[in-house]
Amino acid sequence: MNKPVLEKHLELSRRDFIVGSAALAGGGLALGMNVPFGTDAAQAEGAATNEINVWVAIKPDDTCVIRIARSEMGQGTLTGLAQLVAEELECDWNKVTTEGVTPQRNLAAKRAWGEMGTGGSRGIRTSQDYVRRGGAAARIMLLQAAADQWNVPAGELTVANGVITHTPSKRTLRYGEVAAAASKLTPPDEKAIKLKDPKEWKIAGKPLKRLDTADKLDGRKIFAIDLKLPDMLCAAVKNCPVFGGKLASYDESKIAAMPGVKKAVRIKDTGVAVVADTWWRAKKALDALPVVWDEGPNASQSSATIAEMLKDGLNATETNGERMNGDALKAIAEAPKKVEAVYSTPFLAHAPMEMMNCTVKLSAGRAEAWVPTQNLEASLAALSESSGIPLDKCEVNRLDLGGGFGRRGGTQDYVHQATEIAKAFPDTPIKMIWSREEDQAHDFYRPISQCKLSAGLDAAGNLVGLHVRVSGQSINAIANPNAIVNGKDMRQLQGYYDTPGDAQLGYDVPNLSIEYAMRNSHVPVGPWRGVNTNQNAVYMECFMEEVARASGKDSLEFRRELMKNHPKHLGVLNAVAERAEWGKPLPAGIHRGIAQFMGYGSYSAAVAEVSVSPEGKLKVHRMVLGVNSGHAVNPGQIEAQVQGSVAFGLTATLYGEMPVDKGRMTALNFDNYEIMRLAEMPKVEVVIVPTYDFWGGIGEPTICVVAPSVLNAIYAATGKPVRSLPLKNVKLV
Amino acid sequence: MAKLNINGTVREVSAEADTPLLWVIREHVGLTGTKYGCGIAQCGACSVHFNGEVQRSCQIPLGDIKETDVIVTIEGLSVGSSHPVQKAWAAVDVPQCGYCQSGQIMAAAALLKKNPKPTDKDIDEAMTNICRCGTYQRIREAVHMAANVGTTGQGG
Repeated sequence: MNKPVLEKHLELSRRDFIVGSAALAGGGLALGMNVPFGTDAAQAEGAATNEINVWVAIKPDDTCVIRIARSEMGQGTLTGLAQLVAEELECDWNKVTTEGVTPQRNLAAKRAWGEMGTGGSRGIRTSQDYVRRGGAAARIMLLQAAADQWNVPAGELTVANGVITHTPSKRTLRYGEVAAAASKLTPPDEKAIKLKDPKEWKIAGKPLKRLDTADKLDGRKIFAIDLKLPDMLCAAVKNCPVFGGKLASYDESKIAAMPGVKKAVRIKDTGVAVVADTWWRAKKALDALPVVWDEGPNASQSSATIAEMLKDGLNATETNGERMNGDALKAIAEAPKKVEAVYSTPFLAHAPMEMMNCTVKLSAGRAEAWVPTQNLEASLAALSESSGIPLDKCEVNRLDLGGGFGRRGGTQDYVHQATEIAKAFPDTPIKMIWSREEDQAHDFYRPISQCKLSAGLDAAGNLVGLHVRVSGQSINAIANPNAIVNGKDMRQLQGYYDTPGDAQLGYDVPNLSIEYAMRNSHVPVGPWRGVNTNQNAVYMECFMEEVARASGKDSLEFRRELMKNHPKHLGVLNAVAERAEWGKPLPAGIHRGIAQFMGYGSYSAAVAEVSVSPEGKLKVHRMVLGVNSGHAVNPGQIEAQVQGSVAFGLTATLYGEMPVDKGRMTALNFDNYEIMRLAEMPKVEVVIVPTYDFWGGIGEPTICVVAPSVLNAIYAATGKPVRSLPLKNVKLV
Repeated sequence: MAKLNINGTVREVSAEADTPLLWVIREHVGLTGTKYGCGIAQCGACSVHFNGEVQRSCQIPLGDIKETDVIVTIEGLSVGSSHPVQKAWAAVDVPQCGYCQSGQIMAAAALLKKNPKPTDKDIDEAMTNICRCGTYQRIREAVHMAANVGTTGQGG
């Protein structure tokens, strides 16, 4: 048998590897190891690189190395954060490169880089202040170094594109020429630095190209799933298909003679792994391995039993979180006109293109992992916890993610698993990869919920009372039980809050009651790109459409009347209405729907244009999406995120559903868990309306208006509201 | 020992006859630009050019491949990302996470080789790979851009 190619290259030094991987770009002639030796590479660089502060290092050739703490998973945060630092640094954007900080490095530096978690659309908005100050502080030090060299006051210097000019004498110095001296200066008080007015930005605020595109075009980019390490073995994994069930037994003798197989490894009491020299051989052996599960009592659960449990929550007297003003039930009871409806949304899997995987190497007293993760520090903690090796002897190497969508943040189950498997193979890197089927079967799904809404209209068609009851699963119950205080859990009401700033409801209703009844099934749930606002926007915005129609008013006008005290919500709604020419007649057969909502710190709205054929076939022709994220660090990447949010939101609207049968998830690959393809992608127009007075998120906020705007357009087309998703299960005509 | 012509080089690999080409490329040849996404020919992340046609390599067992079959992976599509599709992808800033983009680029290159000026409908029919980040709108734009540049003499 031929040994895998990587083994022939063990003799390559790390320097050789770097040269080898450069050659790889030229057509696959070299096959070096593709290990991102983050720390070593940084040290090799270090000799010629002057660290000005934790965010900025400058090489003699003026290359500006900007350090990035957050994870990049496609959302563009790496480029945006670099723009913010570069803006204050006043460097040449063409000379910017980035370097990822590892969690051990952050820990050893007493978290000098702050929080590393990347979720909730927070990557930029919660670090913008300190990264800009870091850039500004570095600029001040570089200018001071030049002033010292020329023996002139720093106030006489100007800087642009990394070139410092002393105007009176017309002398210039480049950043690379003063970086060494600057690195030795005492840093200024960052908190006292006055940052630029964002309206004067030259690098930030511009639709610059991403910094991380080149190696995504020729196969060079190494995702964690692509790792090759010396002596590495691969693991395929199967967990009990029923959540809460256990591994009873397996018969390793049946696979012992299969090619490449090393051994089967029990993972705690819930799963089994097969380890082999290649992943394909491991998977083939795993598929052949006789496994007996003790499925336990949850095997009796199904979509139907879970739906019954949720239905119970719709009418329960006890609730787990609420907001109210006035007396909604009384106002509705006394109203001359009432509207009532029950909506539902299903469990959804994340289905990132790169499935869960993690590589772990455990040696005497040391643990190292390579993880696609949205939270490097959580991965580090998981590695330490499962290996029993102290935190300061652990390291997690950074790799960009092949999609995250909330799956790879707080829940580090896959890191724990890979570490358990690696325990059976000391000094050997174990690359654990889940099959697509395993990834679909063992997710932390978007919470399932139902919602009952009732409204009362007065004789003039004004909304006088609104009652909203959400019954569904709680993310906090799994991920953060401490956040549930006295049985109250407001997280599931995201988008319905009274408090401004993050996920505020944009309507004022004189009598309003919004309640959450927690109903948890055995299925684990978690964050899912735009979670909770996605479901809650469907309930609120589709019901608003029903109420507007009952009132006899135009959908847009009806909303506007309720939004007078919410100028930011209204501003985005008006922006999309204007761009979509709301009210202007459309070609025959095309119908519009509108929706607005707020989440993840930003305001969103959408207008959808659809047609429904006489056979009931839906086509989404055009969508206008509006967003106010306060500041717009990179309008080009905002546009890309909003376009992507339409694909993500439409996939959920059209196809997204993870059914439960016999206690297990049943849509295990893309043949029955369908993802929308290019042919169904409508033309998306993005209207960015920043008001420059707050910092909101971008990765998630606009998803929530996709489904309701489309459903409201379908209502306009068919005259019938759609109250459950996905549409593949709904007969439209 | 099977002989495979990949990116213009004949390589000897020793793997079971039922090993999918995808895993031969990734684990025996060591080229990892071709990605595993589903294993059932749904997503297209594993797309390669097989005798000039775009194929999902997860569905081609090693035993069915002859030494005369010409296989091109993303690493062999061009030198220095010079294929018009790669250039257009860069100009339009298509990739987000990038995981599916090798397959998308291989599908687009194959489309343009057959149909140098595809209509939107042609693109709808040919570009069936899944992108979970949702880069579809920019993919369409980039395919049109590459078509306008021309693809003569490029690609596998």
